[in-house]
Amino acid sequence: MSEAKLEFLDRSRAFWNPGKTQDWQDMGVDLVIDRREGYYLFDMDGRRLIDLHLNGGTYNLGHRNPELVEALKAGSARFDMGNHHFPALARTALAEALAACAPAPNMVYTAYGSGGGEAIDIAIKTARHAKQRRKIVSIVKAYHGHTGLALKTGDDRFSKLFLSEDTLGEFVQVPFNDLNAMEDALRGRDVAAVIMETIPATYGFPMPQEGYLPNVKKLCEKYDALYIADEVQTGLMRCGELWACTKYGIEPDIMVTGKGIGGGMYPIACTCIGEHCGGWLTEDGFGHISTGGGAELGCIVAMKVLEIVQRPEVRTMVRYVSDYMRAGLDRIMTEYPDFFIGIRQHGVVMGLEFNHEQGAKPVMKNLYDNGVWAIFSTLDPRVLQFKPGLLMTQADCEEVLRRVEIGIGLARDEVMGRHRKSA
Amino acid sequence: MEPQARTLVDISGSHAALAGRADMVLERARWAAEVFQRYDRESTMAIADAVAAAAHDSAERFADWAVRETGFGVAAHKKLKNQLTSRPLVDFYRNDDYVNPRIDEARKIVEIPRPAGVILALTPSTNPIATLNYKVLISLMTRNAIVISPHPAARECSVDAARALGEAAMDAGAPDGAIQIIENPGIPLVEELMVSPKTSVILATGGTAMVRSAYSSSNPAIGVGPGNAPVFVDSTADIDKAAKRIVESKSFDNSALCTNESVLITLEDVDARLRRSFKQAKAYICDADDVDRLRRYLFHDRGFNIECIGRDAAWIAQECGIRVPDGTLVLLAPIAQIGVEEPLSREKLCPVLAYHVVKRRNQAITQARAVLRLAGAGHSAAVHAMDEQVAMAFASAVEAYRVVVNTPCTQGAAGFQTALAPTFTVGTGFYGRSSIGENIGPGHLVHWTRLAYNSDASEYFGNYRGLKPGFSGPLPEAPSDGVPGSNGYRARRAEADAGVFSGVTREELRRMIAEELRAVLRK
Ligand SMILES: Cc1ncc(COP(=O)(O)O)c(C=O)c1O
Repeated sequence: MSEAKLEFLDRSRAFWNPGKTQDWQDMGVDLVIDRREGYYLFDMDGRRLIDLHLNGGTYNLGHRNPELVEALKAGSARFDMGNHHFPALARTALAEALAACAPAPNMVYTAYGSGGGEAIDIAIKTARHAKQRRKIVSIVKAYHGHTGLALKTGDDRFSKLFLSEDTLGEFVQVPFNDLNAMEDALRGRDVAAVIMETIPATYGFPMPQEGYLPNVKKLCEKYDALYIADEVQTGLMRCGELWACTKYGIEPDIMVTGKGIGGGMYPIACTCIGEHCGGWLTEDGFGHISTGGGAELGCIVAMKVLEIVQRPEVRTMVRYVSDYMRAGLDRIMTEYPDFFIGIRQHGVVMGLEFNHEQGAKPVMKNLYDNGVWAIFSTLDPRVLQFKPGLLMTQADCEEVLRRVEIGIGLARDEVMGRHRKSA
Repeated sequence: MEPQARTLVDISGSHAALAGRADMVLERARWAAEVFQRYDRESTMAIADAVAAAAHDSAERFADWAVRETGFGVAAHKKLKNQLTSRPLVDFYRNDDYVNPRIDEARKIVEIPRPAGVILALTPSTNPIATLNYKVLISLMTRNAIVISPHPAARECSVDAARALGEAAMDAGAPDGAIQIIENPGIPLVEELMVSPKTSVILATGGTAMVRSAYSSSNPAIGVGPGNAPVFVDSTADIDKAAKRIVESKSFDNSALCTNESVLITLEDVDARLRRSFKQAKAYICDADDVDRLRRYLFHDRGFNIECIGRDAAWIAQECGIRVPDGTLVLLAPIAQIGVEEPLSREKLCPVLAYHVVKRRNQAITQARAVLRLAGAGHSAAVHAMDEQVAMAFASAVEAYRVVVNTPCTQGAAGFQTALAPTFTVGTGFYGRSSIGENIGPGHLVHWTRLAYNSDASEYFGNYRGLKPGFSGPLPEAPSDGVPGSNGYRARRAEADAGVFSGVTREELRRMIAEELRAVLRK
């Protein structure tokens, strides 16, 4: 490590976040991202990493995608954040663009947050207003963000720390893929909404069983609760359709998109709201106020993102990247059958499963040493999140697979010892 | 109110947007090319055949459309060209294998075909569909992906035709994106496509500026310069037949092909007979006043009047105010000089043929060389003579890489009515500042990896018979876990196993290993 980096890390500990800074050093990942371009990150010491983390799809279209940079530049010749109280050209234009491609026909409104968590909060507030009930059902180990209400839907590791966990029984959590538990939670007809990541990301992408999501939606209808789809990680073509919930045949009442919608260039998140549950927008339009939410520059970038991801070329490329990566990973899996034991996949949303409690951490570290950046799943460290970009080139995919084969081999030896169980 | 996706801040003209668009199309093509390389010969040819059939079936529709959209040419002739560039083209190359390795046991060399990757094809307005068919098929036969950039004047018919071929290809199992077309080709976008490192080779057919720009792109390019074919009618020729053939050639699609005869050169003692034969063949011989009118109409200060490209003789005559008999197919324009001072000695993509008389054969040759010096170097020429010495003297002197003999030049030089490779891209070679001097065909879109053994006769050469690269075919579709029907996904063994040895039976393998062992033990 360079002197400069050592010194920088001290400053990071001193002024930013001592715990987080140190945790990465302890995990053997001394990454300080400096330059970034396309799907490459460059460490401040110059090392190149291929980014398969993409901050959960934020960099779907690559880092500093030139078209998005251009849109932001051109946009800033005319717009700034805008005044959040007034009808605004860009905010309405994006809302229209979203309505035109929303996963449900009556999803006409969009309310804006400056990040995913805030947009989730808006979704929950919207549902509570519409149903005049407080109860929200979410999935055990769901992750919807760390703002006030979103935090309460998630793992208590993050809420208890701040004495912010739910104490009033308003937030109920049920296991994923368990329809009975879901029905039990809804039976009392006292639930405002079920909130669902279409595929729970931070939980390591366990895949919904066939019929699970549509049946949850049916249960919502049966017991008069709304269905909120969190498409923050799964939307924007990552599953081969604009919104992953469409693939599972779901028309949600409310949908949240974030991360990638701002192209990694300008933070913005959107809560798309069905006409039937957007009552507060008429009753008291000033009900939710956010100075930075729906900043118009963000809207300009987001419109470009929506335009790009809906090009026919992107659809083809997502298919190629998914198929090619899967074929390569299947091959690698046969090399290390005692360690690399499973792949969860929907499009370019992938989770690699390892035969060890914390298996994804040594894999992450060895991939890092071999020039690939992919992160373990915080809430299931057996699983490595493997998230290639939508526009990844064939050459880079091949390069990733070459490095992953080496990295997984090294991690396996670390975890299981060099002795090889005969396959 | 219906929601619309509207553009508030338009960046479509920016470099970022153009480069972004070019990159996306080309990367999709690169993916397609990468997957295409996994196909075996049978599936490759099945795709080519399916696309050829689709092109053949729609030959007439697109011929009519092209004439309507561009105003160039004769629909019936375009239909013929569209057909010639479909099934017969694939049949012409049916026995040439661009997929399997070639083994040369005598030289102890094995050659493995390696497709170029992504072909960027520029297609002209004069032969939009025939050129498109031809470039698509030679790309498919060699397992390349193609991106077509059509001439803006023929955009609509080209886009529709390419889509139809693309669908036929997909239905026959081609990788998605193997055939793409640029729907709104503008010069800045085409330039982005040409300079991109994702373009493997540019196949440029079009105006000189476009071809030169392809060569300046820093990417490999196969470009064709303009034609300006001289045709020599010798005293040993069958004069009647010569006149008939030249009229047939000039009136074919109204000379919209760059292989058409541009300047006829003949001898004094043939002149009178030849004129008579031409008249019989429905050519009109202009008088001095007519020639003047023609010259002024066809050439203005900026060059050739593109209004006349592919127009018929009667239309042109009427535009110039020349009265011609009904049914006139070609206008013959006698000229006294050849060279910079006579515009009519330049390329004319219309049924007007300059007509020049010389005293001796030697002079015919120097005049023919002068025609090609003016324009059309490296392209085509024709000679009508029964004396092969005349043909040899002419062909070895003129700077053209194809000289057709006693044959309509339009068709003959492009490989129709001769045994030359049928093509819509005529390599103009070094004379024409191009990289290739023959008719372009599929062979130009692959390079070969050569396994070369020690040439010492005592050294062992492997037995490569039956040995093939791992043709693993299309990528298996990755699962969408949890989506109904996706549960059936199983990793395909072929993916893991497809190695060098697929295609070889276990028996063969054992025999090969044994042979190899024996060879080692012998030492
Ligand atoms: C599925 C999901 N929803 C919501 C969020 C919260 O987004 P933000 O971090 O922008 O508040 C995240 C962030 O990781 C997420 O993964």
